[in-house]
Parts: sequence; C-alpha cells; structure tokens
Amino acid sequence: MLQQEAHAYWVILATFAAAYVLAVLSIPHWLMWARPEWVALALIYWTIALPHRVGIFTGLIAGLLLDSLEGAALGQNALALVLVTLLCLSLYQRLRQFSVLQQAGMVFVLVGINQLVCQWVQNLEGVGSPTLLFLLPAVSSALVWPLVLYTLRALRRHYMVT
Amino acid sequence: MLLVLSLIVLDLRYKRLETTRSALDMLGAPLYWLADLAPRLRDWSETHIQSRSRALEENERLTRENLVLQGRSQQMAALQAENVRLRGLLNSTAMLRDDVLVAELIGVSPDPVRHQLVLNKGRNDGVFVGQPLIDADGLMGQIVEVSAGTSRALLITDATHSIPVQVNRNGVRAIAEGTGSLGELEVRHVSANTDIETGDLLVTSGLGGRFPGGYPVAVVTAIERDPGRMFARVVARPNAALDRSRHVLLVFAPESTKAAAATGEAAAADSTATAVDP
Repeated sequence: MLQQEAHAYWVILATFAAAYVLAVLSIPHWLMWARPEWVALALIYWTIALPHRVGIFTGLIAGLLLDSLEGAALGQNALALVLVTLLCLSLYQRLRQFSVLQQAGMVFVLVGINQLVCQWVQNLEGVGSPTLLFLLPAVSSALVWPLVLYTLRALRRHYMVT
Repeated sequence: MLLVLSLIVLDLRYKRLETTRSALDMLGAPLYWLADLAPRLRDWSETHIQSRSRALEENERLTRENLVLQGRSQQMAALQAENVRLRGLLNSTAMLRDDVLVAELIGVSPDPVRHQLVLNKGRNDGVFVGQPLIDADGLMGQIVEVSAGTSRALLITDATHSIPVQVNRNGVRAIAEGTGSLGELEVRHVSANTDIETGDLLVTSGLGGRFPGGYPVAVVTAIERDPGRMFARVVARPNAALDRSRHVLLVFAPESTKAAAATGEAAAADSTATAVDP
C-alpha cells in the first residue's frame, strides 16, 4: 500500500513536469498566443480525478513555479490556478458525469477564467495584451482536452493512482 | 487567496521577493533544459554528423570571413588610436574596450506579452542585474533576474523596457521604448522638427549609466510627422536578431567607460531635451 502511494505521487509529478516542459517549449512567436495552458489542464484533470489528493495547495505551488518560469509577477498564475482549482473542487462530481465534449466546454470556461485573471494581474503590471488574443489559449486548451483526458486517464489506470 | 494576492502586491509594488524568485528559478532551470533538448540535439547532430565536403566548405567560408574581419580590425586599431589621441586633445577620458562573456539561450518566456530570455550563465559566472546583453548585430536587452546558474534577460522590445539612444548620424538623443511587438521600437518624444530620417542608425548613448555607449540598437523605419501633434511618431526596427540569436554576449563595461561616455555627452551640447533615466 505504501509502495503504491509513493508510486502514485511519482506519476502525478511526472505529468506536471511534462506539462511544464510543454509550457516552456520554444515555438514560433506567432503560435505563442495559441499555446494551450498545459499546466492548468493537468491541474484540472487531477483535481477532477483525485480531489482528495490534488487541491488548492497543489494549485498554489504549481502556479508559483509557472510564474517563475514565465517571469511573471510572483502570484499571477498562482492566483489564477487557485481559482480554477476551487471551481474544479466544487464542480468535480458534475464534471465526472459529463461527456468529453461537455467537459471540453467546461475546460474552455475554466481556462478562460484563468486567462482573465492572468490578464488582470498583467494589466496591474502594465504589460497586458491590448486585444482579446489572450483568450486564445482557452480555445486551444478545450481542443486538446480530449487528448489530455485520455492520456492522463490511461496513465492513472495503468499505474493505479488513487 | 489572500496569501496569493499579498504575494502579487509584494512582488509588483515592493520588489521584495528576489531571493524567492531566484530559488524558484533554480527549480525551473532543469525544466527549461529539458524543453531545450530537442533543438540542442539538432544543433549537435548538425555539427557532428555532417559530410566532409560541407565541413570543408564551411571552413573555407569562415577562413574568408575571418580574413575580412581581420582586415577591418587592422583599420580599427588605427582608428582607435586616433580616437584616443583626439579624446586626449579634448581632455576627456579614454574609452576602454568592454569585456564580454558568451552565454547560450536556454529558453524564451512562454508568455507572448513578455519578451524575456533565459540564459545559461548566472551569478556564479559574474552576471549581475542590469547587465547589457548584445548579439553580433546589436543590443538585445538587459539582465533583470539572476540565479546561481541561470539568468533572465528583458529584451528591448518588451513593453516595459526603454533605452536612451542617440542618432548615429548627428548625435540627437532620444528614448527608444519597446512596444510589446517583436521587431518594433518606438522612439518617444521626438519633436516634429528634429533632424531624424528613415534609415538612421540609433546607437546607445551611454546616458543613464546602464548601457555602455556606441552599441547599435535599431534602424529607423518610419516617421510620421503630424502637424496636429507635438511629437513625431518614430518607429524603428531592432538590429539584433531578437528572436533568432542562440548565442549572446553579456557585456562587462569597465566603470571608466561609463564616465567617458558621460563626459563625452556633456561636451556635445544638444538642443533636444529628453529625460535620461529609462
């Protein structure tokens, strides 16, 4: 049992690490606006799947690390991700019953909220984007959600993460 | 929630979290390293697994290039000596050559509104906050954050960055601000009758004491003179390959260079009044 728990944490950490690598991978500059919010996606999945394991504290730590990677104001992504996790925690029972498409719709909303909060903090700092382009990641995140869902679910079942 | 909000305020308003940031950066460095693995492998295979003929070809090209550059630097030595003599005549301090450190890019900020680079040199290599960053063609930006093994640089095109510049042709001073779009700078508060033209090279003026003088920054690409406005709108394109350079140079300016630049500026009286501090 103990062995398995250690195992489980390893899988969650590995998926988060992969999400961070995807989040900082260099891609052409014009594509950057549409980069899915990988870390938010991983966080949403794990919160829905294991709400007793992954929660607000995970969101806080994940957000702080993302802030450091992005060079953003310390707390920008943390604030956004904590909010997203809170929403997920209150919605997870419903979200689990949804079809993939419905879930993708919810992911669109959740990542949209994430982007709005980030934009708000960036505006405080004076570097916010002047157009609505900052909402593009919400669309792309919803599009890649099925991929994330099936990959992470397969991993979770294979390694029996509970 | 409150904790996070107070964090944001602390960081933005009081800049109190330097140590936390640099600790977090150390945690993030391996992630950047991983993300950079693919291009690095490609570079490696390009240099190690290329045909003999291509290697010879490249060698020949580099030899030619080296010859040309050496020829030019001969002239440069004479010019530098002349410059020192003239400066001696003018009673201003001699310009010293700047030392540089080659750094490699290991990441770019994933956030499109932030033009930042992550470099593989940090505090252990003597990198410091505020250090200028150049590439082969011109000024790129400055260091804003240093951790033990990595550092983070802000590019001149970032919306929060501005830099004191000077028109190379006639010495008119101005401030070039980043616009947030890669490949565009805006020269602010240039009065409508200032002598500035499309194609003018803007170089660092050395005012403000942060950037050493004389590094090329940008070329003026468009000027809009609207009679209804006090200032002309001047747009410039950065010289440095901001989104392409993989190897960059960190400049260690000797203290006397700054002093020399400052006195040189003071001597050349100019009618354009601009704020100096970026």
